[in-house]
Amino acid sequence: MAEEVQVLGSWASPFSKRVEMALKFKGVEYEYIEQDLKNKSPLLLNYNPVHKKVPVLLHNGKPIAESLIILEYIDDTWQQGPPILPKDPYQRAHARFWAKFVDDKCMPQVWKACWSEGEEREKAMEEASKALEFLENEIKGKKFFGGDNVGLVDFSANFLAYWCGILAELSGLQFLTEEKYPNLTKWADEFCGCSFVKENLPDKGKMVHVFNGLTKAYTSTV
Amino acid sequence: MAKDELVLLDFCWSPFSVRVKVALAEKGLSYEVKEEDLMGGKSDLLLQSNPIYEKVPVLLHNGKPIVESTNIVYYIDETWDSPQLLPTSSYGRSRARFWADFIDKKVFDAGCIIWKSKGEELEVAKKEFIDILKKLEGAMGDHDYFGGDKFGFVDIVLIGLSSWFFAYEKYGGFEIEIECPKIGAWIKKCKEKESVAKALPNPQKVYEFVGMLRKMHGIE
Repeated sequence: MAEEVQVLGSWASPFSKRVEMALKFKGVEYEYIEQDLKNKSPLLLNYNPVHKKVPVLLHNGKPIAESLIILEYIDDTWQQGPPILPKDPYQRAHARFWAKFVDDKCMPQVWKACWSEGEEREKAMEEASKALEFLENEIKGKKFFGGDNVGLVDFSANFLAYWCGILAELSGLQFLTEEKYPNLTKWADEFCGCSFVKENLPDKGKMVHVFNGLTKAYTSTV
Repeated sequence: MAKDELVLLDFCWSPFSVRVKVALAEKGLSYEVKEEDLMGGKSDLLLQSNPIYEKVPVLLHNGKPIVESTNIVYYIDETWDSPQLLPTSSYGRSRARFWADFIDKKVFDAGCIIWKSKGEELEVAKKEFIDILKKLEGAMGDHDYFGGDKFGFVDIVLIGLSSWFFAYEKYGGFEIEIECPKIGAWIKKCKEKESVAKALPNPQKVYEFVGMLRKMHGIE
């Protein structure tokens, strides 16, 4: 039976792009179905009734939701090509820890810092800096978080490699500076240079437009 | 071959430590417990083993630390084969991971809001918590366990948190057996297992501990 792989995603979402990058990395062909997040389709609501979010991977009609869980599923299911997670249980635990750290401690603080003001912004910047310092330490001496090859943590940190820079520029903030985080900055360049990443980065101009739209939405309530 | 050395950094009321204890018991593994005084002062060993979060539980396997309870359970399942806690199929594993992630994101935080709230805020918190349990009932379907016919990974992730449910019921003024009878029945069934019964702290004692936390937060 021919395999059917589909991704329900959003072109601007780093979570959605994680999945596309990973599928490309593994050489798995798929059909991409763009979702309108302001007007969610019956397809999305049917396949992710709990969270109603993208991305969702459909494999022969069976849905898998939550991007890091999808990445583990891709690794479990398609054994060809380089692994996304290491084989050794201790290293797997290490990778899972850092992937979740990025999602729980880095991204939310960076995002909060960009959209808040005054004391709230300062606090978020401080938290983001602390988190980035931990990551800077973790990548030291390595080409990728996964070692010689890209892995789970690299995909998880895709926001830091690309989206973060655009957002920071717009909000007048600085996050990943070469001065403060030389290793992370180098990693971001290496990561974005990979073909399976490059092909899946949304156009910068379009992202600026989206972020500007969000700014209007946040500030129009003031 | 040298024997595995397992040490668990624990706090007696931690619902997250329970997950690790149940998983270790299910695999028939013996381990040493080092109780942390989280109120008084964290040990050097804890701060060194978990420098980022400084939290329990931490499992030390031949001196190497693994942190974050769900992560620890994955590690235990992947290191010691039998019995398998996660399903064998990759799709089955993705479903188990999804519900474990849902439980991690929703249950404990929703419960905390219950014991921290009063009045209308409490009513909203109660409804939210019950909705979450109802979603979990849907996930269990007609089976005895989240793992199907067998006690498994998702059961382990949730059962530890159930030790705090009595406290939520007392402060929230509701009964899980009435609002979510399937979950009530599931808790009873899990408690019949030795691995669970030995690991769960006394709910009355947890309730008293939460009472102390409320006083610390200035809630009365």
